[in-house]
Amino acid sequence: MSALTVGGLRKGYAATPVLRDLDLQAPAGALTAVLGLSGCGKTTLLRVIAGFERPERGLVSLGDRTLEDAGATYVAPERREIGYVPQEGALFPHLNVRENVGFGLSRRERRGQTVDGLLEMVGIAALAKRLPHELSGGEQQRVALARALARRPQALLLDEPFSSLDASMRTRVREDVHELLRQQGVTTVLVTHDQEEALSLADVVAVLRDGRVVQQAPPAELYERPLDESLARFLGAVNVLDAQLRDDTAVTSLGVLALHAPAAGAAPAAGVAGVSGAVMVRPEQLEVHPLQAGEPGQGEHGQGEHEGVRGREGVRGHVEQCRYYGHDALLHIRTDDDPGAELLLARVPGGRALAVGTPVSVTVSGAAAALE
Amino acid sequence: MSTPAPALAGRWVRAWSGRRRWPLVSIAGAGIATALVLVPLVFLIHEALHSGPGEVRHLLLRHTVAVLLWNTVRLALACMALCAVLGVASAWLVQRTTLPWSRLWAVALVLPLGVPDFVVAFGWVSIDHALHGYLAAVMIMTLSLYPLVYLPVSAALARTDASLEEAARSLGQSPWQTFLRVTLRQISPALLGGCLLVALALLAEYGAFEIVQYRTFTVEIFTQFKLGFDTVAACVLSLVLVVLSVAALAGEQALSGRGQAWRAGPGATRRPPRVALGRWSAPALAALAALAGLALGVPVAALVYWMARGSSSTLPSTSILAALAHTAEFSAAAAALATALAVPVSALAIRHRNRVSVLVERLAYLPLALPGLVVALGLVSFTVRFAFALYQSSLELIVAYAILFLPLALVGVRSGMANVPPRLEEVGRSLGVRPSRTWVRVTLPLIAPGLAASFALVFVSAATELTATLLLHPTGVNTLATQFWAYTTELSYGAAAPYAGLMVAISAVPAYLLSRRLTGAAAPARGR
Repeated sequence: MSALTVGGLRKGYAATPVLRDLDLQAPAGALTAVLGLSGCGKTTLLRVIAGFERPERGLVSLGDRTLEDAGATYVAPERREIGYVPQEGALFPHLNVRENVGFGLSRRERRGQTVDGLLEMVGIAALAKRLPHELSGGEQQRVALARALARRPQALLLDEPFSSLDASMRTRVREDVHELLRQQGVTTVLVTHDQEEALSLADVVAVLRDGRVVQQAPPAELYERPLDESLARFLGAVNVLDAQLRDDTAVTSLGVLALHAPAAGAAPAAGVAGVSGAVMVRPEQLEVHPLQAGEPGQGEHGQGEHEGVRGREGVRGHVEQCRYYGHDALLHIRTDDDPGAELLLARVPGGRALAVGTPVSVTVSGAAAALE
Repeated sequence: MSTPAPALAGRWVRAWSGRRRWPLVSIAGAGIATALVLVPLVFLIHEALHSGPGEVRHLLLRHTVAVLLWNTVRLALACMALCAVLGVASAWLVQRTTLPWSRLWAVALVLPLGVPDFVVAFGWVSIDHALHGYLAAVMIMTLSLYPLVYLPVSAALARTDASLEEAARSLGQSPWQTFLRVTLRQISPALLGGCLLVALALLAEYGAFEIVQYRTFTVEIFTQFKLGFDTVAACVLSLVLVVLSVAALAGEQALSGRGQAWRAGPGATRRPPRVALGRWSAPALAALAALAGLALGVPVAALVYWMARGSSSTLPSTSILAALAHTAEFSAAAAALATALAVPVSALAIRHRNRVSVLVERLAYLPLALPGLVVALGLVSFTVRFAFALYQSSLELIVAYAILFLPLALVGVRSGMANVPPRLEEVGRSLGVRPSRTWVRVTLPLIAPGLAASFALVFVSAATELTATLLLHPTGVNTLATQFWAYTTELSYGAAAPYAGLMVAISAVPAYLLSRRLTGAAAPARGR
């Protein structure tokens, strides 16, 4: 397997630039998710990699083979050895499942066991004779995947492959596809607008904004140490706190918090002593302890076995709103010290949701991340 | 700041090569189509101007031209109005009321489309020789052309959304006000389009008017050319005819630009409930029966009568099978040519949409405004002066048909092509298959039904074409239409009837399929 590299890609339609100096490295054999809002250039990026569109500038290479070097090199899509699964699957409507999967194979290969093996692999062997319109959305996706894998491509491009499936089906197909791609070990670029999908599936996530990759990192790193506030908010709910930054700690309204080492690519200024700035803490990091009325702060001394740096006794407040989601609940907490400040967000397991008005004490576990 | 030339060239090369490489084939095909479409008009103008502007002015500013103009315009207006009323009323009865046997009526009301206009005229005149002049022309043309309004309006009524009419009722409008202010607005593009087709058909018609002895532009042009051997006069009058056709097209464009019925918001459209006719059922049935009887019953009955009476011709009897074979041969060749030309034009217009390809596509629809007689005259002017070997050859006739019916071919091919997402071709290429092979293995099978429909449509139209055929058919080679015409002009109705019968049989099949498709479309679509 080969790594896929995109460098300095620039592409526009009419006067509107879509991709501006985009860089992306998809490591060999790994699943790279490109995450971005709709209209940020995700699909255009895939189409340039596949060879359906030509960029105004930039480079696309697969392993040591240059596929696109605007002006100099252009390899036609059919010679790139890159599989492509478009959004709706795009099965050939006049061919049955078997013929669809075998489309790119030679006549002899089509007659052999290859196609059967592929159908078996994606779990649709029983549907070989069906026509595309007789398949469910999930089955169509599996066929499209088998078809793209049939020629053993060097890389695979998936354009929002699960967005057309309904929620119940999506999780299952997603899991199956993930497992399959892991077994095949093919270099994959998956484009999606779904944060959860990108974080849960990918080995590497690249966030695309305004035609540029703003941060590319493994999912955990991206979630815990986003470069800036808008990136932090894009990946999920967040508490942004004013802070006095020291070497590896930050003094905030929630106490003195440990700081993560800066993310790759972050500006080094964040670590300089005594600078005022902002840090972020995810709602999962807040621990909420209900207080009994008239028993200020007492209840929490006994539960001090939590690790991590946190305020000595926690910040007092009360629950202003509780959004219950089943598996968990999101509490909005107004602090007593500074009622005018932004509400704190805390995620607690669904079984420990608190009624509105409950007085609480809030502490932080884990480290905070400095924001640019 | 100007872009340096090499950079510009590089951009062009990139723009083309980044997509498919085969457009070269398309560009060549579309170029041929454009050239063919333009040839008749260009050489018509060339021929007309040949004699100098003084002569043209002299030919145009004659009393005859004013008479012809008056004859043509008053006929067109009366027929359009009558067709609009008959078409909308019958479509409403079939689609929106509890009319008994509505599926049967849906077919019976379209079938007159399968009887060529000159056969309708033949049927009526053969049983009543006194039918002549303006009123006869209005009646016969209305009876044979009202399906052109009925079909689109009926389809539009089947598509309209109940929620709009219900909203109007809830806002205090009476049923009649709702029909005028909401329903009619929704079907007005279809109605206008139908009226345009009626106008264009009237301008192009020759045979029917010759039979009822009513002088329109087309009749006069034919007479000038065929009997008076005055090519210049014929060409000048033809240009007036083209101007009238273009005016009709422009009028429709201008009117239909307003009042487009767009559906805002999501949700499936629901068909409105049918209006209960109650005691009006019998009068409605009687009216529709009368319409179908006059439009379809009388001509068919006349044909059957004359066929039973047998031949009474003094002309040498020729084999009807030979005429049928020639007709089939010419029509099939023309259908293949027109369909083949429509493919590159549609492919460029859909896949490589830019100013040039859109212009090429618009030009391909130009023959809509060119009556068969005009196309034939243009081709005659061209071949007589520049390619005499082709004059009155079967190739000339086939090319004339292909030009004339290119717009028909485009309809089927274009809709077929539009249903093939470009994504499918891209996927084919990403699977390592060359663009040309991808086209053969993916695109062609998917547009095949559209190609077949186009072929059939052009075939039937060519097989029943009279005017251009009379001008262009190779000497001594007769088709069904020319042989029918030869017998009719010498009043040998019995000998003419079998030829007309065959033409009706050929064109009744697509008319029937068209009506079936329409009623089929109204039924709920098959669920997955």
